Amino acid sequence: MESLLSYLILGALMFCIGIFGLLQHNTLIGMLIATELILNGAGLNFMAFNMFLAPDPTTGQIFTLFIMGIAAAETAIALSIIIAVYRRFKGIKVDTVSELKG
Amino acid sequence: MTLADYFSPKLLAEAAFLFTVGCTLVGALLAVLPKNIVHNVMGLALSMFGVTGIYLYLGSQFLAMMQLLIYVGAICVTYIFAIMLSPPLQEEFPKRKTAKLLSALLVSGVTFVAMVLMILNLKWTPVNQGARDWSVATLGSILLSRYFLVFELISLLLAIAIIGAIMIAGLGSERE
Repeated sequence: MESLLSYLILGALMFCIGIFGLLQHNTLIGMLIATELILNGAGLNFMAFNMFLAPDPTTGQIFTLFIMGIAAAETAIALSIIIAVYRRFKGIKVDTVSELKG
Repeated sequence: MTLADYFSPKLLAEAAFLFTVGCTLVGALLAVLPKNIVHNVMGLALSMFGVTGIYLYLGSQFLAMMQLLIYVGAICVTYIFAIMLSPPLQEEFPKRKTAKLLSALLVSGVTFVAMVLMILNLKWTPVNQGARDWSVATLGSILLSRYFLVFELISLLLAIAIIGAIMIAGLGSERE
């Protein structure tokens, strides 16, 4: 069981590094990269549970596969939004894109 | 003479595991800390490479291949393209505020401590490891039988996302 704990702590560490990056980065692309780290921490947890706890070893793998698919969709949409935002605001810093603040 | 003559296989396996964990963590820190976005993407690629190795240790070769293919091969390249289409990054590195940095560090640190305490305090009940089917053929057949609807939904989602990405990126140029 020791190795399950080490995998879980590694996943938690990736998740928290991702949260840190998401909160402190100044550009939209940097925040998106941190989001990928968060998703990977979650996927790592699923794979660890799949290896050590699940009776059926396909479930966790398929869930991780779906996480990857959704991450790819999210990346495509978010990057196109970032390109559209760049065209409109001439910059992708978070502070300049504050029109919705009212 | 091979490497196994000098080092025991167990030592080599542990060293390889530590190498993948080190790749993952150093890559994650590189993906977050530098101000240059290109360095961030390189760190993300290194981190995803490390996660690939960890998936190998967790017994799934298929998922490791998919991780390498999707993240390192597709997503990081897409980021590079988006960076090339966005403003020149050499001149503007916004200064980060110390208060923002400290509050982000506080939030992520508290989250990490809470998660580690939760992990250590829970009672995990392991299953018996025998007679479990890890083959890719089983994965494929279950993907197309029990999880067929979800599989199709993911495919639909990806198609919609691609069309939507083209629409969003294209409509912005028409409005100029």
